[in-house]
Formats: sequence, C-alpha cells, structure tokens
Amino acid sequence: MSEKPKAVKKQKSNVGDLRADYKTKYGFNMPDKSVYRTKRGLNEEVIRDISKTKDEPEWMLNFRLRAYKTFKERPMPQWGANLNDINFDEIVYYLKPTDQEKRSWEDVPEEIKQTFERLGIPQAEREFLAGVKAQYDSEVAYSSLRDELEEEGVIFLSTDEALRKYPQLFEEYFGKAIPPADNKFAALNSAVWSGGSFVYIPKGVEVKRPLQAYFRINAARMGQFERTLIIAEEGSFAHYVEGCTAPVYSSDSLHAAVVEVFVKPGARFRYTTIQNWSNDVYNLVTKRARVEKDGVMEWIDGNLGSKITMKYPSCYLVGENAHGEVLSIAYAGQGMHQDAGAKMIHLAPNTSSTIISKSISAYGGRTSYRGLVNVSPLAENSKSRVECDALILDADSASDTFPVMKISNSSAQIEHEATVSKIGEEKLFYLMSRGLTEPEAMSLIVSGFIEPIVKELPMEYSLELNRLIELEMEGSVG
Amino acid sequence: MLAIKNLHSSIGGSEILKGVNLDVLEGKVHALMGQNGSGKSTLAQTIMGHPSFEVTAGDIELNGTSILDMEPTERARAGIFLSFQYPSEVGGVNIASYLRLIYNKSHDAHLSPVKFREILKEKMEILRMKEDFLSRYLNDGFSGGEKKRMEMLQMLVLEPKLVILDEVDSGLDIDAVKIVSAAVQHLHEATRASILIITHYSRILKYIEPDFVHIMKDGLIAKTGGAELANELEEKGYAHIA
Repeated sequence: MSEKPKAVKKQKSNVGDLRADYKTKYGFNMPDKSVYRTKRGLNEEVIRDISKTKDEPEWMLNFRLRAYKTFKERPMPQWGANLNDINFDEIVYYLKPTDQEKRSWEDVPEEIKQTFERLGIPQAEREFLAGVKAQYDSEVAYSSLRDELEEEGVIFLSTDEALRKYPQLFEEYFGKAIPPADNKFAALNSAVWSGGSFVYIPKGVEVKRPLQAYFRINAARMGQFERTLIIAEEGSFAHYVEGCTAPVYSSDSLHAAVVEVFVKPGARFRYTTIQNWSNDVYNLVTKRARVEKDGVMEWIDGNLGSKITMKYPSCYLVGENAHGEVLSIAYAGQGMHQDAGAKMIHLAPNTSSTIISKSISAYGGRTSYRGLVNVSPLAENSKSRVECDALILDADSASDTFPVMKISNSSAQIEHEATVSKIGEEKLFYLMSRGLTEPEAMSLIVSGFIEPIVKELPMEYSLELNRLIELEMEGSVG
Repeated sequence: MLAIKNLHSSIGGSEILKGVNLDVLEGKVHALMGQNGSGKSTLAQTIMGHPSFEVTAGDIELNGTSILDMEPTERARAGIFLSFQYPSEVGGVNIASYLRLIYNKSHDAHLSPVKFREILKEKMEILRMKEDFLSRYLNDGFSGGEKKRMEMLQMLVLEPKLVILDEVDSGLDIDAVKIVSAAVQHLHEATRASILIITHYSRILKYIEPDFVHIMKDGLIAKTGGAELANELEEKGYAHIA
C-alpha cells in the first residue's frame, strides 16, 4: 500500500488502492526461468523458430506463415477501441517456461505452485475440479485429468500436445471456425499461437463437473497467444471454465487468443471465462462456436480487468433448432475500456439466440456494448432476444451501445432492450438508512445488478467476483 | 430521546419545515398527523438525513447530541429507523443475505447464515411471512403490502431505539394493518423503543395506542394532545382542529 500515490486517493479514485492491493494479491512476479524465448518483434524467422522448437508438422508451419502474411496485410482495426499504441516490435512472441509438461502435482516446480497458491486455487476444490489445466506463460505447466474422464474418452490436453497426439482430428477442425483471415488479431494468433486447451468430448458423454483452466501472463512484454479448440460430439455435454488474473507490469502486454468450439447435433457446451488482466493488458480475443442441429452453445464472459478488451463471442447457428447464448459482464475502471458484446448468426430455420450484457463503468472507465444479430434468408422462424444494461457510477465514466441487426427473413422475432442507469440517490439513501456505509450500499447495488449472470458462475468465481466489487467500491469514498 | 428544536428544512430552495419543535420521549408512542403536504414526510426524511433536504436552522438531538452532521449510516447505527413510505427496489440482492448483512453490521456480530436463520424465523412468524420470501430480491416486484412487511422485518432485525413509521398503513387492508401493528407493538414491548407514527388517518392508532398526538400544519406543529386528539380529529376533520 506504500506505493499508493496520495494524489490519487484525494481524487476519490479507488483504482490506486485496488491496484496496490492487486499487486500484493496477484501481482507477484516470480523469477523468470524460461528455458527458451524468442527475440522481441516478429518476422518469418521467429515463426519458423517457434514451429521448429515445437517440432510441428509442415502443414502447421505453412499455416502459420500464411497467417503471418495476412496479419501484415491487414490494417489495424479503427472501428472500436483505440489500439494504436500497441507496438508489435516490443513483444516477445514465444516463451517456454518449463522443459516439458508435467502430469502430477508433485512434479510441478515449486515457484509455479506458489503462483497458483497465491491465485487461490484451493486444494479443497480439487474434488470439484474434473481436471486442472493451468497455463503458465505460453505452455501448459501442469495438467491432470481424472481417470473417469479418460475412460470415457474425453481428451483434455494442451493444444500443442493435442497436435502431436491427435494430428488428424486436429487438422480436421483447427482454424475451421475462425480462419486466419477473419481479423488481424486472429491472423496474429494463427501465426504465433502457443498453448491453450484442446477438449474433445465423445458422442453422448456428459461431463458433470466443469473442466477448468487458469491462464496467466508472467513476463513483461510477453504476448500470450493461446489457442483453444473444442469439439463436443453429438449429444455430449460439458462446461469449460477459465479464469485469468495477471501480475502488474510496467509495459503494455498483449493477449490475443482464439477459441473455436464445434457443437455437434444435440450437444450442449458452456464456456465460462472470467478475465481480470492487470490494467496494462490489451485483451483482444476471437471466440466462435459453430452450432449444429438441436445444439446449444453458451458463452459466459466476464471482463473485469485489462486496459482494453475487444471481445465478441459468437455463435454460428448452422443447424435447425440450434440455440446460442451469451451472458456478458464488463467492468471498466480508471483507464479501462471494455468493448465487449456478442454475435449471433442465424443460418438455419427455428434457431434461437439470447444475448444478455451487463456493464458497469466507474472512475472514468468506459464500457461499450457491440453486438450483431444476423438472420439469414434461410432462417425461418428464428428468434433472438438482446438485453443490454449499463450501470454508470459517476459522471466521469461512460457507456455506449452499438447494436446491429441484419434481418433478412420476415418471420424472425427480434427483441431488443437496452437500459442505462446511474446509482440513484434514493437507493443509496435507503440502504444507508439501514446502517450500511456508502461503499457497502454501492457494492450491494452493483452485485445485485450483475446477479443474473453471477448466479450462472461456479461458486468460487461468484465469490471472487463479489469480493472484487467490494474492493472496487471501498475506495470510492476518499 | 429525540429533541427537535426550531427545525427548518428545505428542498431545492423551498422551505418545507418552518420551525418544528417536537420531543419524542423514551419508551413512548407518538403519532404525528396531518394532511398531505403539511411536512410530515419531510420531517421523517430530515431526521434520517436524506441528502436532498437541507437543514437551514434549528437542531435535531438524539439523547442530547446533535445528529445533523451524521451520515444516514451513523444515524441508523445510533438507533434510528425509518420505515419508508416508498421503499426502493434493489434488484438482484437476496433478502436472506441482505438481512444478515444489516444484522451483523448493526449488532457488530458475525452470525453464520444458519444461526441467523434461527433469529429470523421468530421475527418472520410475527409478520406471518413465509420462508420462501427470503429467496426473493429486496423489494423487487413487491406489492405495496409486501414492501411494508419487508420494512417491518428490517425493523425487527435492526432492533432500533427510535422507530419512525412514515405512512406505514397506507394502501394496506385491515389484516395487514393488524400484522404491521403487531410487529411495532412487539418491538415496543420487548425493547421499550420510542415510536413515531406518521399517518394521515387514525386507523392504525386503533391498534397501537399513542401516548401523544401531534398535528402538523404548514410545516409547524399546530397542536399536541393525548390519544383523544386523534378521536377528535376522526370526528371533526382537520379543518376544525388546526
């Protein structure tokens, strides 16, 4: 707390306080013992190096090189948050922290264990976890899988390992939902990707407990480009959860991930993310699911940290009766811009989608909802419901909404609701008259506002989220 | 207990209270009656510390100490409770955990959910509230009657020393008035809390007999008397009294 600038406190800003706490709580930098890292900056040689170090097949190297070409050709997107300060020459594109992936907890290096301990992954929750995949820098450092899952044929590996072990399955799906040409940052990820998870749920298998993975960046200027590929076969069910917290850096960091999900007929897949990057990280993620007949895809997306986030999880509803859902929470504090939303592309009859977005901006933060609902001529009798609510805590903060609807079929039923509210004086007075302090009253109102989404989260995430909100609000009275 | 001295209170520059003098005595029941616009609710809100009301002159003392510089939070902690005429709806806030939060804060306690449920059970019986009430969100989508019961439940949980009931009987049917009155009576008898009932009609006073009745008019206390004053008012109307 000694590093907290006094001026910040006087300005009634809590952010100095929070980030000071954040530093002791999450912002510990373990000594960097990486075995191999590339030089800063990106060129073909770096990409060849990455591919060679990983001992990849020829097709993957070619895929990377083609993607790199696309990345160079594409201009920086100018339609959303301001990305002009990203310096691609300052970034290290590949770093491998341990010699090899570890299977058992005992083998995990001590400092990595400490990192996870401070992140608060409790031992008691192990029973709850079906399998733990934790990414430390660019590679999966620790991975375990419950025997029962293995017996059922569930594959839960690092993406790199999956490429080695299941090359055919991998090639069939990799880059098929999100081709490198999709956008500049998907192209960048395709060129330099490393780590991430590969999940395969066989036909009819229901995984009852969530599959969890924790990600984190630990070296300054270290870009993290994880790549996640998920295949949920016919009639299967699973819930994948990832949570991120990151240390504090002096320089900007880039996180550009790609997540592809294939939901086969009648399958249901839920993907939950809570990101709490420190507020110098650019978080630019492309997430897309391809949902077939009677399939259900649910994205639950919590964006609490980062400097800039641009993320619009999408569902391509390609089969009849397919359903897509996005529940999204965004919090933007001082110096933060959360540009988040969802895309629902209806390509078949009787498809349905729901988007619920809740955003909170405070201490000069900015939240934007950016969404697309596209109903194609083929999508007879499709339904979509969009609800976006913004809560603005003070006059310095802002929120805006960019909803786009492209409806090419007259039978579609579309609902759109948007509200913007401020914390009312009456509500605060009411709660304070019951003996709560102003910050306590504010955090109660904010927690209540996001409750419809928080209740969908696994217990430990909702607890952590509410604790974070309390921390944010506590600093508000200067 | 509470001494209101020459209180002047304004909202948006217009003066509503024009020199109110009122003593609420320890362990007594006071009724404050008056027509709409006479300043009753302004008095209640000013006592609780609503930020929109500005005290331009006079004082409010609780047991000899001025409370004018206190935040609503501190006034509540000092034992003042205001039952709102129009309680706020706070979506997404679970009633059970909210009540436990305000109980623990006001009693400086750390009761677990299970322990707190035991305390709550008895209080809910007084109000004839069902268990499933607790899983709802605070006042969210409540009927007028449900909101008033929720106010009473919070009162019983907080166990205040001074209760101000702002039109607690408005919009309630006779059964609900009885239940609300029983809750106030229970607290009054159990803790000797002082009660200030603000009401337009004398109906609720049949169930909670006041020791004193004050009649307010044009931002001033126009008349003070015993319980008989309320009966007189019932018969003759405000025009004849004040």
